[in-house]
Amino acid sequence: MILDVRALHKSFGQLEVLKGIDLQVAERELVFVIGPSGSGKSTLLRCCNRLEEPSSGSIRVAGIDIMAPGVDINAVRRRIGMVFQSFNLYPHLNALGNVTLALQKVLKKPKNEAQDLGVKALTRVGLAEKAKAYPNELSGGQQQRVAIARALALEPSIMLFDEPTSALDPELVGSVLAVMREMRESGMTMVVVSHEMRFARGAADRVVFMDQGRILEQGTPQKLFNQPEHSRIREFIASIEH
Amino acid sequence: METLINAFFNTSILRETAPYLWSGFLMTLLLTIVVVPLGLAGGLALALLSTVKFRALRLALIFYTDFFRAFPPLVLLMFIAFGLPFTGLDLPAFASVALAFLLNTSSYYGEIFRAGIESVPRGQLEAARSTGLGAAQTLAYVVVPQATRNVIPDLISNTLEVVKLTSIASVVALPELLYAARQAQSITYNATPIIAAGIIYLVCLWPLVRLLSRFEHRQIALH
Amino acid sequence: MGKFADTFLNWEVMAQYAPKVLEGFFVTIQLAIAVVVTGIACGLLLAVARTFRLRVLNFFIVAAVDVMRALPPLVLIMILYFALPTVGIKFSGFVATWLALSAILAAFSEEIFWAGILAVPRGQWEAARSTGLGFMQTMTHVVLPQAVRLTIPPLTNRTIAITKGTALGATVAVGEILYQAQTGYSFSYNPSPLTLGAIAYLILFIPVVWFGRWVETRFAWKR
Repeated sequence: MILDVRALHKSFGQLEVLKGIDLQVAERELVFVIGPSGSGKSTLLRCCNRLEEPSSGSIRVAGIDIMAPGVDINAVRRRIGMVFQSFNLYPHLNALGNVTLALQKVLKKPKNEAQDLGVKALTRVGLAEKAKAYPNELSGGQQQRVAIARALALEPSIMLFDEPTSALDPELVGSVLAVMREMRESGMTMVVVSHEMRFARGAADRVVFMDQGRILEQGTPQKLFNQPEHSRIREFIASIEH
Repeated sequence: METLINAFFNTSILRETAPYLWSGFLMTLLLTIVVVPLGLAGGLALALLSTVKFRALRLALIFYTDFFRAFPPLVLLMFIAFGLPFTGLDLPAFASVALAFLLNTSSYYGEIFRAGIESVPRGQLEAARSTGLGAAQTLAYVVVPQATRNVIPDLISNTLEVVKLTSIASVVALPELLYAARQAQSITYNATPIIAAGIIYLVCLWPLVRLLSRFEHRQIALH
Repeated sequence: MGKFADTFLNWEVMAQYAPKVLEGFFVTIQLAIAVVVTGIACGLLLAVARTFRLRVLNFFIVAAVDVMRALPPLVLIMILYFALPTVGIKFSGFVATWLALSAILAAFSEEIFWAGILAVPRGQWEAARSTGLGFMQTMTHVVLPQAVRLTIPPLTNRTIAITKGTALGATVAVGEILYQAQTGYSFSYNPSPLTLGAIAYLILFIPVVWFGRWVETRFAWKR
């Protein structure tokens, strides 16, 4: 099991956003998380690498308890790749610089080795020729793919995607999804928060529906999209797919 | 601790010198009230002049502005206060201070207004002209109001600097707050008047500083 | 006209005092560089210190910065030079001026750096931290490079304004340009040394003002 979340609660002041989440993700699984806005999907993801501090509960990544008092959170975060809705590329570094920064500073790799690994990661997302380009010279889809390369270069055990295509123009979404599909094929464990239902139908192993801080139902895409037990889910999916 | 209080916060000396400090404060106030509006008006005039299409004029204005921004205000003040009498022009102390300040601050205000005018989108001008407004009217009713609103933080910031600048008038013996404090100190051999003057400046200007801080954050964030 | 030249551009008098003014020129440069280096370095350190979000520390930093932004530079110099000796602390004119101007520049640049750091989008912190970069690594390699770019125009302007304050050192006998010029004027009773001093300042600061202009235009477009 790569990701083991038990009894996760998260409150922001008085507002309880996660009300007891249990989620296990096995190796090579692609888990899709869907639900209305405010259901806590992003918060769940961000708790998994402690960008948000859980209020209570336990989270284990590749066997390591990330909530343990003495844990080296930076070392843990290397094993968890995160892709953001707004890409968050470093504007003052070119694509290769973005990808190699952590390789050099966190993994302490020498410059040449880091650049080789960086180019390899960029090749994997189809952007090797854009290595010297700066973020403001790239399209949204290209920027997001560089962001994916940046996370991939560290060879994480699991990749978390927080609405990776929501900020993209429709024509550019396909290129990012193609990269995600390739990652899945090569066996990466992935948790994806997204509205891209068609992608889920084709690629997801499991779909998790969240509502108001709880997991309402989870199952295979076929089950959840076609015969969900809760009518809430049926309504939600219908509204999205139109 | 005791010596500290006696040296810096001596209440009897404070009471003794309070009248001096008070009249100094009033002079500072007077100086501010005269210089700031003059500087603003001068600056606005300079900025408006720079919108004229005459290239030579614009270059002359840029030179004028750079000249007075490069000239340290104290040097300018001394030049006018001590040098001008040699030309036969004997201005009273207040007038020479006001003149020096006018030359200096109008350049700074001028730069601010100019940047403000440039920040008004071209489309505003075009819309105004296309409804038949003349050039001067467009400036007066469309450009300047927007330009001013855009640069209010910078105007406030510069005004704060002008108020602080009034303290250099003490060097040419204009009896404003710092001068009064220095006199009081030399008479009483005690530093309390200067500390008191410092505190008066603090109390009066600190609210402006806080206000400015908020604006600054918004301004940098908007870039 | 001849009289004007005789008074303000008297070659004999200027030649007599030119060496002294040249000396002052170098003192001004020394003082200015010292102020810029310590002021900006301290400002940056204070801004980074604020990112640790320690409530007590922040309170003191903000309070100190507010005080330094509200006090007129001349008042601060006077306090350091005239008030402190009454409790046994004696600073030379140079040190008093350097300390005062550095403290003021540090305060202004702290505010500017802090606003710049805040302006860097949160997503940048998150992206960097999520790849395992530590707090200081993120500051050094991701946040500060972006923050500094935003801060260069306001920082340049403010630095130029404060380095002109080196002229204030003349009031506490620092041998910089104005002091030399003023001494020359007192001895010769002819304002030509003042003219020489003014020219020296212009030679020094007009290029600086042009540099500031260039910086503003260059960094306005980068993004």
